[in-house]
This record gives sequence, structure tokens and C-alpha cells, in this order.
Amino acid sequence: MILGFVEHESGVPEETSLEMLTMARELATDEEAVLCAVVFGDEGAALKDELGPYGIEEIHHVTHDRLEGYAPEGWGESVAQLVSDLGASTVAAAGTDRGHEVLAHAGATLDAPMATNCVDVTGAGESYEVRRDRWGGSLVEHARLEGETKLVTAAEHEYPIEEAASTTEPTVNEFTPSLEDAHLRVRVERVETADEEGIPLGEARVVVGGGRGVGGPEDYDKLEELADLLGGTVGASRAAINEGWRPHDDQIGLTGAQISPDIYIACGISGAVQHMVGCKGADKILAINTDSEAAIVQKADYAVIGDLHEVVPELTDAIREVT
Amino acid sequence: MNVLACIKRVPNTGAKIVLTDDNQRIDTSNLGFTMSPHEECAVEEAIQQVETHGGSTHVLTLGPEEATEQLRTGLAMRADEATLLETDGEEWGPRETASAIATAIRDLPEDDAEFDLLLFGNESADMANYQVGVRVATELDLPCVTGIKSLEVEDGVATAKREIGGGEEVYEIDLPAVVSVKEGINEPRYASMRAKMQARRQEVGRLEPDRTEAPGTFEKTRLEAPEADDSDAMVLGEGTDAVPEIVELLESEIEVL
Repeated sequence: MILGFVEHESGVPEETSLEMLTMARELATDEEAVLCAVVFGDEGAALKDELGPYGIEEIHHVTHDRLEGYAPEGWGESVAQLVSDLGASTVAAAGTDRGHEVLAHAGATLDAPMATNCVDVTGAGESYEVRRDRWGGSLVEHARLEGETKLVTAAEHEYPIEEAASTTEPTVNEFTPSLEDAHLRVRVERVETADEEGIPLGEARVVVGGGRGVGGPEDYDKLEELADLLGGTVGASRAAINEGWRPHDDQIGLTGAQISPDIYIACGISGAVQHMVGCKGADKILAINTDSEAAIVQKADYAVIGDLHEVVPELTDAIREVT
Repeated sequence: MNVLACIKRVPNTGAKIVLTDDNQRIDTSNLGFTMSPHEECAVEEAIQQVETHGGSTHVLTLGPEEATEQLRTGLAMRADEATLLETDGEEWGPRETASAIATAIRDLPEDDAEFDLLLFGNESADMANYQVGVRVATELDLPCVTGIKSLEVEDGVATAKREIGGGEEVYEIDLPAVVSVKEGINEPRYASMRAKMQARRQEVGRLEPDRTEAPGTFEKTRLEAPEADDSDAMVLGEGTDAVPEIVELLESEIEVL
């Protein structure tokens, strides 16, 4: 049995979880195994209609009177108990914060191996061949994953969301794990909502990025002006963040935000691997750089060889004229 | 309060990752090394917590002899002690690493001074396994939370926050606990030249970790550097002369005007 940990918001599955189900369903087909889902939360049973199109045959809905909100260890322990109960050979999750955390707890409890951010998993029974992202996908690792129970997470936005050849009518089985105090010692006490200012980097259609070439915090005003005009938002490279020119929330890259705009205008950015993995989702990249040899010029779709301090204000003026 | 920060030595990759001929590792002959970014913040957080609450900070890594360089970076940032779990340089998997670190943590603190807070990076830059901290916590039967970008300790309770879409989840955890942090939780300090000089002379403890066998396997067979699109960009022009071309591009091709 292949068991997919499906994250959902009030009974609507997260896109990343549906991507993961594409990976899980391929495995289930290869192994001729049953594809099942494990879900948490009050609205978990509501996923019955949502998951049928993806070929889920059984939904295991974890309910426990002490599992009200998210509890990393409690959820991981529940998944581990369910795996033992059902004899699942593989547990899959999306490569999200929560997916990684719950599976890591389950893996630690089961003492089972876990491969994260997979982009391809093949094989059957106790042995898989895995390809997984390293360095944010600028490197791919080929690995063997073997064990009675195997844990895999699907790299975000690598698998397409695909429906199964035929829609299933999943059964919903309530599962009540046996939990001790220790499993519940970490849980979400409350959720604080943030005052969002402007468009979040991850959702912006236009991103104007500034690197070390901007030269200081003041000149980001020029980038802000351009971004505002284009209905976009400003980001920065790690080099600029480390200089203290911009807050960390603005960072694009391996340890910052992943962006996927229609266009990314990279100003004074050299194009290090760690930065480029953050903007690989961009449809087009326009580099504005004084150095025609800079790595970003190779990696971009369009380039302007010039000083951003001159080009950006003039571009802003020109756009004002045409809009 | 005694705080431990676990770190990892990783190559400081530049614009392009080049592999060795056998595709087993990154060719580091022209590269420097650094501490994985999340872990640099773990060290900074350890130091800040001790500055606030008193106590002692300890940095630990599992890696080759050369990883003392990263431990000394931690010492130069003003961590108090450092320990190397010395390997022969082979890549260790997450389970072996966690098991070795858990064993060392049990053995490490002298004078019965247990660690109150054990900090990890959320995931390493080079392997991104997302599990070493959790596995260590499980082995030591400690509470654990990952992906943390804000941490405050008061009266033996850590209040930790994790970013989610549109807000933050807030956790309250009794210490001792394992917390894995993300870059952005703080701004790591630059060590002064004087601190760097002093760190060079500081003692680094060494332990020989056992590589334990666990059921099942997760083992690298090889690495692959995907073909990057290195075709040059279409150059729209030089300097401000290119502005009309950029406007045309934004208007007709990208359609954002």
C-alpha cells in the first residue's frame, strides 16, 4: 500500500499535495498497490469527493480528542501507527515545511529511511531508484531507497497535477491513534496573522530584484518605483541582504523566497547558483548588469549591458509616458 | 542556559556547480567552504540567547578534519566551545549523522551541565534532508519544532514562530528542546579580526563517531548537474539606449504594461 499524507485547507487539498499524489499514483500503479490517503483535521472526511478523481481508494482520517490543531510529533506518531497497522510500504508527502516535518517524525519513530524533494521515484517492493533535488535543484542526486517502509517527499512544483484514468469512490476509515502526553508536547498554540504590505514575492507577476550592484539601501527606491509602476514587488539577493540593505523577507534564493513571476528584472545581480534556484520559476528573466560576462547574463533570457542607476530611472520615466 | 548549535561545512558554490569525474561529489578544488546558511543563524541565535540569559554556547559538527574551519568561525562569533565529530570525509546519511550527534550530545556536557536548547539549521544547503534535528530529538526523547524564524525563551519555555502563508504559527515548548531554525531569524554577526585570531588558538574537542547501521538504506549512487541553459541572453542594447527595447518587451512580449 502507498499512503499519501494529504494537506488540506478546510477540506480542499493543497496543490502541492495533489502534485505528490501524481508521484504516489505512479508508484502504486508500478507496484499494483492500493493508493490511500492519510488526512487530519475536522474537515478531513470532506476530502472524499475531492480525492476520488486522483485514484484514492481509502481515506484514513485521523481523529483524536487531543489532536485539535497541528502537533508535529502527534501527527508523525499517528502516521507511524497507521503505517504499522496497514502495513504500508511507502509514505509520500509534499515537500512542504509540514510535509517534511510530519514525515521526519514518522521516519524517526519507525526508524525508516526518508528521501526528500524527489523529482522521480521508480521501482517496486522494497527497493526504489530515486532522483532528488539538491542545492535547490541545481544538482540532482540519484539514490537508492530501500526498506520495509520508505518515506518520500515530492519536490514542490516538479510533478504535474493529474487525475487518475478512472475516478474512484474512496472509503473513509476513521483512525484513532494511541497518543501519550509526550506526543502532544509540541503543538500550534495560536496563529498570528501578518499585516501583508504589498504583494508577496512568491505571488508577484513582476519582480524587480536588486543585488550588490545596487550599491546601498537608498538606491532600492529606484527599483521600488519601477516595481510599483509594473504592479510588482522588489526582491534582493543574499549579498544585498547580508549588507543590511534589505530585510531578509525580500531575499530570493535557496534560503529565501521562490518566485514565479511573468518577468524577473534582475538588477546588479551576479547570478550565483543559490540565487538562481529562487527564480527558476520565472517565465522570463531580464538582466540589467554592467558586466556582460556576469553569470546572470548567460542565465537570463534578455540582457541590457549597462548601469542600473541610469537604466532603471530612464525605464521608469519611459513607462510612465506610455501608460 | 546552555545552548548547542549543530552546523555543517558545505562548499561555497559560485555561479556554476561542477562535479568530479566520478560524479560522486562537487569538485571543490577551486571553491572555498562555508557554514550552511540556516546554521549560521543557529550559531547566532545560540549566542544571542546566552547573551540574554547567561550560560554557555557550544558548536558541534560532523565532518572531516577541515570542518574545524567552520567550528572556528563559530568560535570567532563568540561561541564558547566547539566539538568535531571527525569522519574520513565521506558523506554521511541523515540517520547516521543524527545517531552520531545524539550519542555525542549524551556524552558531551561536562559537570552535568545539560543542554537546554539544541539548535539545528532547518535543512543543509548541500543535502537538504530536513530530518537530522527531528531524528536527534526522537533519539533523545526531546520535544522538537522545525522551520522557526523567531525564538524567545522565558522561564524555561521557548516561544517559537514559524511562517505560514499569511501569518505565523506560534509554538510554546518546555525546555530542553530541539529547534531547527531558518535564515532570517536573526542577522549573523561578522567576527572581528581579533576574534578570528583568538578562535584560531582555541581548543576544538574531538570525538570519533560510530557509524551505526540502521534498517533500510538511503544511499547516493551518483550526482548529476542538469544541463543549464547557458545560451547567452538576447542583448537588448547597452545603457539607456536599450530603454525603448525594454518597454517594447514589457508591452508586447510579457504583456505587463
